[in-house]
Amino acid sequence: MTRKPKEYDDIPGTFVFDADRSRQGYWLNQFCISLSKEENRQAFRDDPEAHMAKFKMTEDQKQAIRDRDWNRLLELGGNIYYTSKLGAFDGIVFQDLAAMMSGMSRDDYRKMMVDGGRSPDGNRYKSEWEKK
Amino acid sequence: MAKITAGIACSHVPAIGVAMDQHITEQPYWVPVFEGFEYSREWNKKNKPDVVFLVYNDHCTAFDASVIPTFALGCAAEFTPADEGWGPRPVPVVKNHQEFASHIAQSLVLDEFDITIMNEMDVDHGLTVPLSVMFGDKTPEDDWGTLVIPLAVNVVQYPAPTANRCYALGQAIRRAVDSWDEDINVHIYGTGGMSHQLQAQRAGLINATWDQQFMDILVNEPEKARKISHVEFLRETGSEGIEMVMWLVMRGALDEKVTEVHRHYHVPASNTAVGHLILENHA
Repeated sequence: MTRKPKEYDDIPGTFVFDADRSRQGYWLNQFCISLSKEENRQAFRDDPEAHMAKFKMTEDQKQAIRDRDWNRLLELGGNIYYTSKLGAFDGIVFQDLAAMMSGMSRDDYRKMMVDGGRSPDGNRYKSEWEKK
Repeated sequence: MAKITAGIACSHVPAIGVAMDQHITEQPYWVPVFEGFEYSREWNKKNKPDVVFLVYNDHCTAFDASVIPTFALGCAAEFTPADEGWGPRPVPVVKNHQEFASHIAQSLVLDEFDITIMNEMDVDHGLTVPLSVMFGDKTPEDDWGTLVIPLAVNVVQYPAPTANRCYALGQAIRRAVDSWDEDINVHIYGTGGMSHQLQAQRAGLINATWDQQFMDILVNEPEKARKISHVEFLRETGSEGIEMVMWLVMRGALDEKVTEVHRHYHVPASNTAVGHLILENHA
């Protein structure tokens, strides 16, 4: 079944974690959350493929994990509170993860936040991004 | 009779807890955040609650993707600060007023709010950061200085409960508290927010104008605030800004007219706009 259009689909640069994404990403998210426990972090360190194989993920999801492709993980049903555990496993703090997902350097992103954050102006609708 | 004498809104940014735990609140980055809490801590000492009813969200700590209750009320005797992957925060165990919590659970269900009852639950930064904001530095050997009844709200998987439903739940909590025959002072906290987006290309979104207007209408025109749609929260305040529905639970438990005694707003703490209100209830 194809995904029905949603009233929030026109928000740019955002993956709304709804039931469709939750179904798609279930095992990916359960894999990520397993990394909250040291025993699982150790298992993933020792043999990444064997630890990933414990969760019924698609090959695309596993590849996105191998690539640490943070936006692709969200596109494939990951939720940020889960995927951030994979970031933490790599020693990446939340703000730097946000910088990576938004395609900015760590310093540029930090400066943007200190200067008041990303403005909503020009960032409410996909059509505004297409004009850029 | 138990009385709700105040409502407190507060962001629960994990970095605020980290700054306190690592004793770096004097750093220039953090000074403006914590200056806004100085009044709150003094006020809290003068208006000490016996019980805090604390509305927050769990961040995949007590609930992973396998169980997603929309409203879960903590009825356990105590709640341990959770290990969120970096070791537990060095703060006290959270102690419940168990009989009162059970009364509220029963009252809510009979009032047709079909909540989930939690008899075992660890609590994450969503709950402990607002306590740290109001009660200041504490070690694991200390006591928080209040009993706490936690209410976890799902805001991770869309849709969160609507602003309207959260407000109505607040009204039901008020009825439950008002019918408890013990002379105690109750504060209700609505936590989370304000504008923030933690994910994807639009990460870092902050909407200070919207946030300030939200605080205005939440305080003075709650009937307007309860009508805010999910899509407005998502578009205007970022995908994680939808946490602000939890402020509506707090507001619903207060009188129509309240006195705003304190407001604090600062950008940023990490990726988030920090918002904080103290509202006195005169019932």
